[in-house]
Amino acid sequence: MDSSSSVNRTVGMKEEVEDERPHVLVVDDSLIDRKIMEKLFTNSACKVTTADSGQKALELLGQGEEYKHTNINHQGPKINLVVTDYCMPGMTGYDLLKKVKESSDIKEIPVIVVSSENVPTRIEKCLEEGAQEFILKPLKQSDVKKLRCHMHFTQSIKGRFCIGRYWDSWRQIRGEM
Amino acid sequence: MDAVTQLQRQFVEYTTSLYREGYLDDQFTQLQKLQDESNPDFVVEVVTLFFEDSEKLLNNLTAALQQENIDYKQVDAHVHQFKGSSSSIGAERVKNVCVVFRNYCDEKNLDGCVLCLQQAKNEYILIRNKLEALFNLEQQILQAGGSVPVMA
Repeated sequence: MDSSSSVNRTVGMKEEVEDERPHVLVVDDSLIDRKIMEKLFTNSACKVTTADSGQKALELLGQGEEYKHTNINHQGPKINLVVTDYCMPGMTGYDLLKKVKESSDIKEIPVIVVSSENVPTRIEKCLEEGAQEFILKPLKQSDVKKLRCHMHFTQSIKGRFCIGRYWDSWRQIRGEM
Repeated sequence: MDAVTQLQRQFVEYTTSLYREGYLDDQFTQLQKLQDESNPDFVVEVVTLFFEDSEKLLNNLTAALQQENIDYKQVDAHVHQFKGSSSSIGAERVKNVCVVFRNYCDEKNLDGCVLCLQQAKNEYILIRNKLEALFNLEQQILQAGGSVPVMA
């Protein structure tokens, strides 16, 4: 099974700060691609959880069967961004995108669809369904840097805004650097 | 010239030739850029996964093309995966064979598929040998006390 974020835990004040890093859910049936995407996002100061299927992703987003009939808020980790491969066996990335956008509690989470194939009708379909962006694989570090502004921080910051280029100043204010 | 410098020069020449001859493309460079002190074996780990994955896929493809009634959708699914993984690590020549292979799958052209499978196997063996030689050179440099040159 994939491990979640490979970031080392540190004690004291830093732990609280670590939890506020953007949390990305990477969904891909390819182990190689999960490993590469995990590193790309970790290198961009994100926390990463990976899933090898759309079904697993929905469970991590608190949308698994066991949550459907309860009244409690889902206990899943707060995800700020979903990055999903398009071509996956079973539930495709498009199916996953639809389920996220149809759900009342997670539809606000931005979803990025990635694919190795440049098919205009596929791209249109995903964007119409509410994907934030459609990116061709393989992903590069520069692609990931641009995605930072799509990440919604659900903890101390309410509402959407592009924090990307302010990330470093924000960290300075918080005394992280 | 001391041993380290000689090895470093060999490394640079070898790497350059791999790019020039189309064995590797920019994606391999991207992988190297991702490697850092927190994960110093990242490239070797990813490439090792690729080797394991590839061998499985090539075996599956061989079996799939030997069936009485060939399921070209299944063959295509395997090739799609192989194309994806080779593209992700920058194994350009393998990826290119996969592109042609998929076209033959679409056409349900058995001869074309069998030919491509052989080419895919050949290209895979070539890139595996070359990457192993590259990693070997890196080890030699490190053991001799030097640092591995960073290719721009």
